[in-house]
Amino acid sequence: MPENNINTPSEILCYHCGDVCRDETVRKEDKFFCCTGCKMVYEILSENDLCKYYDLDEKPGITPSVRSRTKYEFLEDEQVRKQVLGFTDGKTSTVTFLIPQMHCSSCIWLLENMHRLDEGVTQSRVDFPQKKVSIKYHEEKTSLKKIAELLDSLGYEPSINLDATEKKIKSDHIKKLYYKIGIAGFAFGNIMLLSFPEYLGLEKLADPEFHTLFGWLNLILSLPVFFYSSSEYYISAWKGLKNKVINIDFPLFLGILVLFVRSLYEIILQTGAGYMDSMAGLVFLLLIGKVFQSKTYDSMNFERTYKSYFPLSVTVVKGGTETTIPLSKVKIGDRILIRNNEIIPVDSILFRGDGNIDYSFVTGESSPVQKVLGEIVFAGGRQTGSLIELEVIKNVSQSYLTGLWNNDTFRKEKESRLQTFSNVISKYFTLATIILALIGAAYWMPESADKALNVFTAILIVTCPCALALAIPFTFGNIMRIFGRNNFYIKNTSVVEYLSKADSIVFDKTGTLTQNRKSEIKFSGLALNEKELSMLRSAVRQSTHPLSRKLYDHLSGYNIIKILDFKEFTGKGISGKTESGTVKLGSEEFVTGSHSRTDDFSQDNSSRVYVAVNGDYRGYFSISNSYREGLEETIEKLGKNYNLHLLSGDNESERPFLQKYFKDPLQMYFRQSPENKLKYINALQNEGSSVIMIGDGLNDAGALKQSDAGISISEDVSNFSPACDGILESVNFPKLPDIMSVAKSSIKIIILSFAISFVYNIVVLEIAFQGLFKPIIAAILMPVSSISVVLFSVLLSNFVAKRRGFK
Amino acid sequence: MSVVVVLIGVSVLVAASFLVAFLWAVKTGQFEDKYTPSVRILFDDEKKKEEEKNK
Repeated sequence: MPENNINTPSEILCYHCGDVCRDETVRKEDKFFCCTGCKMVYEILSENDLCKYYDLDEKPGITPSVRSRTKYEFLEDEQVRKQVLGFTDGKTSTVTFLIPQMHCSSCIWLLENMHRLDEGVTQSRVDFPQKKVSIKYHEEKTSLKKIAELLDSLGYEPSINLDATEKKIKSDHIKKLYYKIGIAGFAFGNIMLLSFPEYLGLEKLADPEFHTLFGWLNLILSLPVFFYSSSEYYISAWKGLKNKVINIDFPLFLGILVLFVRSLYEIILQTGAGYMDSMAGLVFLLLIGKVFQSKTYDSMNFERTYKSYFPLSVTVVKGGTETTIPLSKVKIGDRILIRNNEIIPVDSILFRGDGNIDYSFVTGESSPVQKVLGEIVFAGGRQTGSLIELEVIKNVSQSYLTGLWNNDTFRKEKESRLQTFSNVISKYFTLATIILALIGAAYWMPESADKALNVFTAILIVTCPCALALAIPFTFGNIMRIFGRNNFYIKNTSVVEYLSKADSIVFDKTGTLTQNRKSEIKFSGLALNEKELSMLRSAVRQSTHPLSRKLYDHLSGYNIIKILDFKEFTGKGISGKTESGTVKLGSEEFVTGSHSRTDDFSQDNSSRVYVAVNGDYRGYFSISNSYREGLEETIEKLGKNYNLHLLSGDNESERPFLQKYFKDPLQMYFRQSPENKLKYINALQNEGSSVIMIGDGLNDAGALKQSDAGISISEDVSNFSPACDGILESVNFPKLPDIMSVAKSSIKIIILSFAISFVYNIVVLEIAFQGLFKPIIAAILMPVSSISVVLFSVLLSNFVAKRRGFK
Repeated sequence: MSVVVVLIGVSVLVAASFLVAFLWAVKTGQFEDKYTPSVRILFDDEKKKEEEKNK
């Protein structure tokens, strides 16, 4: 069989990007390249003496994408410029581009040496974790468009998003948190230092004046901690109360308040040293927990809407001239041009050209749909083939696909329908502590009001749930980091909690259970020899049809030969002529002249490509979706603990096949629109289920958003995923049951941590009850209990994750 | 005894200056990107060479 010959010549790797070179035709001096794009980048770099790029990292390059001439034309538009530029005074401007392809130190080096490729660039700086480059340039010497084109030609395609204000707010929030920690830490350290005589019982030996002085100094130092560093807790507690929820921040607030007021009272009346050290320490530790929890994956984007997928500009034809305008300015009635491989941004009518539209993006259907003049073309489809002209019939935001974003689900911030664990606990907890404190006070009241007050405040201080408030962020935060190390990225720590509470999982089919890139290809018919396969491969190389691309990849290993004549018949097939004969590939009718089947789908849901060589019919390739590896096992494991559902936009042909995997009890629905999916999830939730949606495409966007935790599966995590709560790298799909089980354990870990802190509380509660509570006890107890709980929760979650095979 | 008061004053001042340094570092964004500078420092050598060449 010819299959055995694949890759027999020792593999040549592209000098630029490290991909396998399919042939030796693309070369420069002694270096081979996989495509002309890579070679071009190499030439640009070598001309400018930038070949150090290749020394820093092995094969660092990225194959540049094929780019249309007008791709960045819209950056000339004044309104767009205003939105994209960070600063401009007419002469110098700064701009920050997001570059998802950035991946190694060579990238940083090249992007920071932009000034050597474009004279107008004065400075460029990379922020690698966020995958951003900030460029400062002279408006006279270069332009925004030129810089974008330069980046693109090097393979670093800038991703330009016009509504990116949200990240800024987040970074400001982190900054404020650091300020607060700095101040709390400073106060904590100094107050502790000044309290040392107290701890060691030296205060009686020293001058009583010092006692007063230290007391007042402590008071001054604690003011910024009380009023600034801990302000978040007051705000959050207040907000909770307004919504009639006692959240975890309320007992914390109560603890901080009582600590401060009692210390203030003691210091002013000089009856004691106060608990300012404990208060500053408590706030300091709590804020550290907040920082640990606020870890985010900067380079990931969890908030994408259709806008991130659609082009920012379109070419409009008016009176015979073509102009490029921003998408937002497109009006009903405009004539727009869509080239090969461009996405149709708005519902329109086909006006000129052959429409051959790939809707895989929207519906999950893998084969392109043919459209004739006058037919409606929905937004979200990708044109494959020749250029088409369309007449716009709807506004961008009102189109079939984009209309989904007008749904209420997208308008409001996602609010948890479930009560978080900490809120449930803190409600009872707060009630219990207040009752305990009142009992204590009532018990001592007959003896002395002073002592009653002492006991009352001591109990409130002792029971301040700082260990609980720390166990939650550290457990969830640690699990989030473990997931991140294993290529499952979640938006924030609360997603861990939602995952742990889920009882139903809803799957999408195409791209989620099946693999987009890999398909199973089989040939049936008269065997083809190596020469013929070379001819076929050379012919399909000329075509951009998805099936051609798949065949091209399948036939890798066969030489490319020169094509003398090539024709593509949209929706039918292709024909190519070489020196050694002609080949014809395509639909049955196109190749054989007869039509035996009603559609291009057979029973096994494969698409068939018929082949004729030199006019003789030889057989067909059947190309079918392949399911992810380990699917059966994964589904079976999940099925034990969860209700599984399947929502597919595709047709029903694979129902019998999937039935085998899913068995009972499975709810399977086919031909679901994006809107249907959203409603289905909503209905499940109304029945009281807590739902996880696992999907991949834009057609799942509504369902992902509506679900309690939406996970999107992505072949390449830095690239393409709709708004969701978590992004899972597709190769890790079989890890899903482990992910769920670790998330489930997290709640148990928190309960255990809570039990530990409870032991501390009970011991000290007794002391507090007797009215013997002293600052030194608080100063020792609080850090010891907090740190032991944090250690416990981190170590235990590491252990649980390791046992489940996580790194 | 007043020497202790002076010492405490000095110690608080020293600590405060560290606090100010920390706040300044946060403000100027030194905690925002903790990775790139570690790579960038390895590039500097070559940049200098190039400047010499230009002279």
